[in-house]
Amino acid sequence: MNAITDTTPALAIEDLRKSFGKAEIIRGVNLRIGKGERHAVIGPNGAGKSTLFNLITGRFPPTSGKVSLHGKNLAGMAPFQINRMGLSRSFQITNIFPKMTVFENVRCSLLWSKGYRYSFWNLVSKSRDLTESADAILDQINLLNRRDLPAGVLSYAEQRALEIGITIAGGADLIMLDEPTAGMSHSETDYIVDLIRKVTEDKTLIMVEHDMGVVFGLADYISVLVYGEIIATGRPEEVRANPKVQEAYLGAALEAEH
Amino acid sequence: MSEQDQITTDPTKPAQRMRAGSMTLSLTPWLVSGFVLLILPLVFTNNSAITIMNQMAITIVFALAYNMLLGQGGMLSFGHAVYAGVGGFGCMHIMNASDFFSTLPLPLLPVFGGLFGMALAMIVGSFSTRSAGTVFAMISLGVGELIAACSIIIVAFFGGEEGISGDRTYGLPFFGVEFLKQIEVYYLIAGWLMISAALMYLFSRTPIGRMANAVRDNPERAEFLGYSARWVRFYSFIFSGFFAGVAGALFAINYEILTEENLNTASSGVILLVTFLGGVGFFFGPIIGAIAFTLLQTVLSLQTELWAFYAGVLFVATVMFFPGGLAGLIMMHVPAFKFGKARLLLMPYLKTLLPAVIGILGLSALVEMTFHVRHAATGENEMTLFWTTFDSHSFLPWIIALVVTAVAFWVTRRNTPEMVEAWHKANTFPGGGA
Repeated sequence: MNAITDTTPALAIEDLRKSFGKAEIIRGVNLRIGKGERHAVIGPNGAGKSTLFNLITGRFPPTSGKVSLHGKNLAGMAPFQINRMGLSRSFQITNIFPKMTVFENVRCSLLWSKGYRYSFWNLVSKSRDLTESADAILDQINLLNRRDLPAGVLSYAEQRALEIGITIAGGADLIMLDEPTAGMSHSETDYIVDLIRKVTEDKTLIMVEHDMGVVFGLADYISVLVYGEIIATGRPEEVRANPKVQEAYLGAALEAEH
Repeated sequence: MSEQDQITTDPTKPAQRMRAGSMTLSLTPWLVSGFVLLILPLVFTNNSAITIMNQMAITIVFALAYNMLLGQGGMLSFGHAVYAGVGGFGCMHIMNASDFFSTLPLPLLPVFGGLFGMALAMIVGSFSTRSAGTVFAMISLGVGELIAACSIIIVAFFGGEEGISGDRTYGLPFFGVEFLKQIEVYYLIAGWLMISAALMYLFSRTPIGRMANAVRDNPERAEFLGYSARWVRFYSFIFSGFFAGVAGALFAINYEILTEENLNTASSGVILLVTFLGGVGFFFGPIIGAIAFTLLQTVLSLQTELWAFYAGVLFVATVMFFPGGLAGLIMMHVPAFKFGKARLLLMPYLKTLLPAVIGILGLSALVEMTFHVRHAATGENEMTLFWTTFDSHSFLPWIIALVVTAVAFWVTRRNTPEMVEAWHKANTFPGGGA
């Protein structure tokens, strides 16, 4: 440990490894993400970005290594336990409750953090606090006019916005977004980027993203993941200038952008 | 409604207008149902009608309890009869131990039935709710078979093959009511039907009830919202076990006998069938299913030995063509009614569905005649069908049945496009909503 870290980082990853059978997908990742940071993880397809997310959030157990959230070791914890500690995530493939209404999607994501837990003695419709908070979030993600529709009938961009709404509703202070703008048109992307900026204010954000415009527009720090290893971490301009990164990934991606 | 609702409900916003509507409506069906239950025995006064209604009410409670799993929680159980059965057996023992329980009024007995069901559900649920889907279904089947087998082995509790009988008049009269008469039992069951249905409905509106739906739709997402899918399933499971136990207690009170049949897999299959027939997607679906199935079981079984065959065909047809069940069929028509376009459907429906019904009756005549030819004693050629007596071994009835069936289905087929077109017309609304 070095002396600079007098404050515990929001998330610390130490020598994290994950193998599926013989294939080692994550090969010793070390990462520290400070409180309030907006951190983007980029890398070519198959680099292990989503796997890294799944390891952090407890979806898969790591083969070895350690993940700590606010200094607490997450080893052996289930996703719901990790979520209760203040970490919330979205998914690369839209992951909502398609048969429930948009409003109910958001309300369900509020229940635990509002302290309702496994209550069977409260009626959800009687709680003004729940209804108002859910409506406030719908307002924030611009879906108030879709409130009573089944979430499954929303447009793709609206579902992505709802996914972000569900992710932030519980008030987690560490938000992880897995390719929030994947498959979106240019205007939809702008809308989602504004939304992300708005809803993650004063929060720590970790995102996987392919769109370099989004990454350089949003992120304070960037980590580049290639074949399960982080080859560079730093401010966007440092990463952009890093020859290793340019060689491995960024050059090709930047050329493709222009 | 309370003050809170008035504050959060602003009728100028379209989204909230919808909610306001649903709130004012929510009490009406309960009052209507309560009233209907109250006056039903005054309309159908004979004893066999009351017997059927008792059976119906018990099945409704059981089916609603089952739908807490299947419809609300997404858990397919093949062994839910054991919770009703154990609740019923437990109550039977309480009735028989009248030395201890003579002060326990009969109307409170279903609470204990529920607790028996819930206790068993806690034990089984502790391992079966770990996952939904195939694993849950297989465990429910295994546990169901296990307990059904135990019922023959553990004679002290289940009474072996002849079961256990009891006497519901074991205790002191309850406000002067001794529950000797069928009608008194009817009101006891009807009261419990209202209480159970209301509680199960309210459960679906609680945080855990809402999360049960969320876990059903997407267990993984629910886990990332702080909820353990397993615990959510467990709570649904034990409450479902409770109300199944209540249904079992009502069965014990009504019939005063319980046997292995009350908890075997055949009974578990029936309740799945009833619930699915009614429709798992709506709270009231199982109610319709229970009413329809009990009518099939009691009224149709008087008419034909093959009633179970028809019930089976109906079930398969429901699964294949109307997965929403009877409730789904009804709710499909709500938009057309709301926009006053339902009358567009009336004539096309008559023109298509009437021949369809005739065709189905013709087909069933053929089935009945085949059954008669194959199974009636030799020399007994006469059979009665649709109030007509004829010789099932002669050609004419067969030709008539075949021609009627063929013509009826041909007409149905010819008129179907018209019905489909009318359906689209009735469901096209100003503003393009469908």
